[in-house]
Amino acid sequence: MRGRPGHAQRGLMPELSLYDLFWAPFAEFGFLRRALVGCLALSLAAPPLGVFLVLRRMSLTADVLAHGILPGIAAGFLVAGLSVTAMSVGGLLAGLVVAVGAGAISRATGGREDAALAALYLLALALGVTLISTRAGSVELSHLLFGSVLGVDDPALYMMAGIASLTLLALSFAWRPLVLECFDPGFAAAARARGGLWHLLFLVLVVLNVLAAFQALGTLMAVGLMMLPAVAARHWGRSVGGMAYAAVGIALASSLSGLLLSYHLDLPTGPAIVLVAGGAWVVSALAGPVDGILPRLLRRPHLTG
Amino acid sequence: MSQADGITLTDLTLTHGRRPAVHHISGHFAPGSLTAIVGPNGAGKSTLLRAIAGLHPAREGGLRAPRHAIALLPQAAALDRAFPISCLDVVMFGHWARAGAFRALRPAEKRAAREALGAVGLEGFEGRPVGSLSTGQFQRVLFARLLVQDAPVILLDEPFNAVDSRTAADLLALVHRWHGEGRTILAVLHDLDLVRQQFPRTLLLAREPVAWGPTAEVLTAANRLKARMMAEEWDAEAEPCAAGPGTRSAA
Repeated sequence: MRGRPGHAQRGLMPELSLYDLFWAPFAEFGFLRRALVGCLALSLAAPPLGVFLVLRRMSLTADVLAHGILPGIAAGFLVAGLSVTAMSVGGLLAGLVVAVGAGAISRATGGREDAALAALYLLALALGVTLISTRAGSVELSHLLFGSVLGVDDPALYMMAGIASLTLLALSFAWRPLVLECFDPGFAAAARARGGLWHLLFLVLVVLNVLAAFQALGTLMAVGLMMLPAVAARHWGRSVGGMAYAAVGIALASSLSGLLLSYHLDLPTGPAIVLVAGGAWVVSALAGPVDGILPRLLRRPHLTG
Repeated sequence: MSQADGITLTDLTLTHGRRPAVHHISGHFAPGSLTAIVGPNGAGKSTLLRAIAGLHPAREGGLRAPRHAIALLPQAAALDRAFPISCLDVVMFGHWARAGAFRALRPAEKRAAREALGAVGLEGFEGRPVGSLSTGQFQRVLFARLLVQDAPVILLDEPFNAVDSRTAADLLALVHRWHGEGRTILAVLHDLDLVRQQFPRTLLLAREPVAWGPTAEVLTAANRLKARMMAEEWDAEAEPCAAGPGTRSAA
C-alpha cells in the first residue's frame, strides 16, 4: 500500500500518469469509491428535477427546501444522533411541510409564493441551527451544514442509490404531464390532467433528492448538483429532454472531477464538486450554443432567408 | 354534435376575491352556435370562458357545460414562449384527452398532428422551437392544437389579437369550418366590425350581461353606451349583493 501521497510533494507533477490522475485514488481508497458512487447516483437523478425547476422559474425553491429540511434533520439528530434513518425521516417530513405549506400560505394570504418561501426557509434555517446547537458541538453542526462526502456510509449510500432509482422511474412515468404542467398549466387544468397532483409528486421528488444530496454535500450545498448543471444545461439544449441529458452529463463530470480535484489538491470535497459544477455553468454561459455570450459576439454573416 | 354540447348559465356569478367579475348572468349557448363575446376590458369575458372550461370556480349560481368536450384557446400572452418545446410537441398535446399521461402516441396520431400543422400553414415547422416563432405563427400552432383536440365545444380567448390580417383570415376560416361541422364556438373579440360580419350571435358583457342574442340586435349604439357606463363604475363603497344566496344566509 502506497498510502495517500502528500499533494505538496507530488502535486500535479509531469510524471503523474493518467492512471495516477484518474484511477489510483478510487482503486486505493474505499471511501472515495463510495463517495463517487453516491455522487454519480445523485448526478443521474437530481439534474432533471433541476431542469424542471428552472423552466418553472422556481430555481430558488430547491434551495429553500434544502434549508427547510434542516429542522426535521435536527429533530432526528436530537432523537437518534447522526443516524441516517432518523434524520432522513425528519428531513422528509419537514421538507414536505415547507413545500406544501409555502403553496398553501401564498394561496391563503394572496401573497406571492416566493415571498412565503423566503419567510419559511429563514425560519427553518434558524430553527434547525438552534435545535442542533442545544445538543451538539460545532463538529456535528458543521457536518450537518456542510456534509462530508467522504463519510458516506452504507445506509447513506443505499438511500442515495434508492432515491436516484425511484426518481428516474417516477420521471419516466411523469415526464409528459410534467412538461405539460410546466408549459401550459391552463391547458393541463382544462384537460383535467391533474396538474396539481403531478406538481405535488414533483415536489416530493425534489425533497427526496435534496435529502439524498444532504448526506454528502450538507444542507448548504445540497442543491449544488441539482441546480448548477440544470442552469448550465439551458445553454446546451433546445428541448426539455435535451436539457435534462446535458444537465446529467455536466453533473456526472462535475462529480468525478470534483472528487479528483479534492483528492489531488486536498480541497474540501463538497465545495470542490459544487465549484466544478459552477465552473461548468460559467463555461456554458460563455460558450454554450444556446444564448451563450461568445457565439453572440462572433460576427458571422447573416443568412439570406 | 349532440344536444349535450350546449352551455347553460343559471344566475351565475364569478368573482375575484369578493369583487364580481361576472354578475348574475343567465342564458344558453345552443349546441352548434357561433357566439362572439364582446365588452370593455375588465368586463369578465376571459373569466367567463375560464369558468366554462372549468378553470375558475363558480361563486354562486349554476354552470352546466360538457367539461370533457371543451377545448380552450388561452390568450397567447399567458404562455411562456421561451419554453424549450417544438411546434409538433405542442400540437401533440392536443391528443391528451385520448392518450392521457402515459400512453405512447400512435403513428396515426402523430400524423394527425403533422397534418394539423400543415392545415394552419406551418408545414415544415415541426421541429422549430416555439421561441423562434412570430406571434402570428405561435397563434397558428395553438390553432393546430385545437384541430387535434377535435372538441365539440371550442372556446377562443382573443384569437386574433396581435396577428396580421392574413393570419386572422386563415384562422377565421378555420372557425367557420368548425361552425360548419356543428361545433359550439365562443370567441372573445374586440373587433366589432369583424363580429358584425362573421358572428351570428353576440353576448355583450360588462360584468353584467348587457345584451345577448342576434348580433345586429345586440350591438346597437344604446347597448354599447350602456356597456361602457357599467364597466367604468367601480364602487369602492360597494355593499354586499342582496341577490346572492351567500349574503342572505350571512344576514
